[in-house]
Amino acid sequence: MVYITPILALTLTILTGMLLFSFLGVDPVEALRNFFIVPINNQYGATELLVKATPLILCAIGLSVGFRANVWNIGAEGQLTVGAIFGGALFVYFPETESVFMLPAMILLGAIGGALWAAIPAFLKTRFNANEILTSLMLVYVATLLLSLLVHGPFRDPDGYNFPESKIFTDSATMPILLEGTRLHFGSIIALLAVLTTWIMLAKTLIGFQVKVIGTAPKAGAYAGFSQKKIIWFSLLFGGAMAGLAGISEVSGPVGQLLPSISPGYGFTAIIVAFLGRLHPVGIIFAGLLMALTYLGGETAQINLGMPVAVTGVFQGMVLFYLLACDVFVNYRFQLNRFGKAA
Amino acid sequence: MKFKTMASLLGAAAVAGGMLVSGAASAEDKIGFVYVGPVGDHGWTYRHDIGRQAVVKALGDKVKTTYVESVKEGPDSERVIRQMAASGHKIIFTTSFGFMNPTLKVAKQFPNVKFEHATGYKRADNVSTYSGRFYEGRYVVGKIAGKMTKSNIIGYVGSFPIPEVVRGINAVALAARSVNPDVQIKVTWVNTWYDPGKEGDAAKALIDQGADIILQHTDSPAPLQVAESRGVWAVGQASDMNHFAPKAQLTAIIDNWDKYYVERAKAALDGSWKSMDTWAGLKAGMVELAEFNKAIPADVVKLASDTKAGIMDGSIHPFAGPFNKQDGTPAVAAGKNLEDGVLLGMDWYVEGVLGKLPK
Repeated sequence: MVYITPILALTLTILTGMLLFSFLGVDPVEALRNFFIVPINNQYGATELLVKATPLILCAIGLSVGFRANVWNIGAEGQLTVGAIFGGALFVYFPETESVFMLPAMILLGAIGGALWAAIPAFLKTRFNANEILTSLMLVYVATLLLSLLVHGPFRDPDGYNFPESKIFTDSATMPILLEGTRLHFGSIIALLAVLTTWIMLAKTLIGFQVKVIGTAPKAGAYAGFSQKKIIWFSLLFGGAMAGLAGISEVSGPVGQLLPSISPGYGFTAIIVAFLGRLHPVGIIFAGLLMALTYLGGETAQINLGMPVAVTGVFQGMVLFYLLACDVFVNYRFQLNRFGKAA
Repeated sequence: MKFKTMASLLGAAAVAGGMLVSGAASAEDKIGFVYVGPVGDHGWTYRHDIGRQAVVKALGDKVKTTYVESVKEGPDSERVIRQMAASGHKIIFTTSFGFMNPTLKVAKQFPNVKFEHATGYKRADNVSTYSGRFYEGRYVVGKIAGKMTKSNIIGYVGSFPIPEVVRGINAVALAARSVNPDVQIKVTWVNTWYDPGKEGDAAKALIDQGADIILQHTDSPAPLQVAESRGVWAVGQASDMNHFAPKAQLTAIIDNWDKYYVERAKAALDGSWKSMDTWAGLKAGMVELAEFNKAIPADVVKLASDTKAGIMDGSIHPFAGPFNKQDGTPAVAAGKNLEDGVLLGMDWYVEGVLGKLPK
């Protein structure tokens, strides 16, 4: 039942969306076609969907491990940013390098950067029992300001009229394009590998088992001798590394340079993606694609039908709202009680 | 936050209604606009959309205009621009600095589509750039501010420390100190173009530090609203924000893209379009000043009007020497004006600006 609710939620969203479109004076069928079909009915559009979904899936898959273990890492956006800084720094300091090891090293540094940033809330949580929701969230702002500081200063392109941007990455520092004429890049393969790895890890390994036990029954985990601290460290470092990969795959991919802002909130949207995908690796792929499609659809609807950008936000909000509402009704029975009857 | 979303939804819905009517016209050439903010920001993007509407008015049924608002700078913008280029748009206006590299990338793939990028410095055979000499307006504003301030502290809400913004700050400092040498400028950076909450907070902080005039280089009217409620002066940005702060707004610097957009759209349609760089100010009407506040004394109004006229006829240059950089070293000698090249890369403050420029 828990796996049906996303589909139910999506159906309800589409129905409500059709009402909304008629209210806006747009043919609902035409609107839905522009939202869900037109953006991906050609090769370029389909690859764009993957490009947009890649950072969402990478962040969400990392977060899902933590969420399963009741570790609430809200700061994937910050870890993504630091991953991009670490990976991007390599290019900024060695822009002339044409080594084939350049990109792999950048990817590795991206993962390390993200993990290091997530290590801060892990340390604070295990050492001082500081709430990781707050610490990870606040570190997002530190990370984005750090990036801003760097691109306004040491990372700035010396030939860029003092505008806050790094040099544009050279080919050896850029994710290879998978399909000529599109923006589909190697980052999507990294995302796919990450999903597979996580799936195997959760299903087949001891650490995956520990994550699930600690999450669902912490006491049972404790009696079994599983270390809570170890799981906190593991899930935060893992989530951070995945977000860091998302960061470097963006700046070495479609962005192509370090900018003051490199993500339109992928780390936050990924929280929705993780839950929409029921914290399951396969579910997250579908949820990531769906969420990406709503962005693309929003753009198409604006260009072709002149619909407001806010419709995209309303759509995404409705999916989550209906999902939560459906969950409530699946998990709880609705009963009308009269006050005072029990007395 | 919620209110903002709601308001922009309603505003956008109203605009969408209008769009549908104009979209119903017969087959026509398409002209696209990519906006960084919401069309209802009452500032930067709002003025670009007024320019789009001027194109609709001037060219009527011959064209269909489309726009996408609140496009994030970076990969998303490249997709939006490409989608427009691929769907039969003749000319596409990309109206934020951060759209520069995406615009050039798409332009390379679509040599027959014309692109117009606002505030950038990279051009190609099918990519023009354009911007306003907003500092000319700021120089006039600086004269008024220098006369009107009692605390001799002017607060300045800055977006990003890029040359465009630094130029504005320096123009104000030079003008204000030319009429009142005791004036100092305090700058607060908010690292965003549009975030009413942050902009308002910055204005409050500046007022708490003694500023009695709030200037801004961000796009929402929030700083003016704060100034209005705290009883200090302010200056509107990008559009006339008078209705947000009828008492506080001294004047406003208005961006006027109407003429440029109509000209360029026409040129793209009749084939006379050529790649070029346009950097126009008060004289060309790309920068305008809103009506002066009635509370400004007549002699200050005259000073401002004379300054504006002087800039327009070329007798006044806002960056005419001699003046010093913040550290006291001379920036330009007497009898000389700072060159455009230096203005375009300005990364230093002039004397009178407090604090250190983030680098």
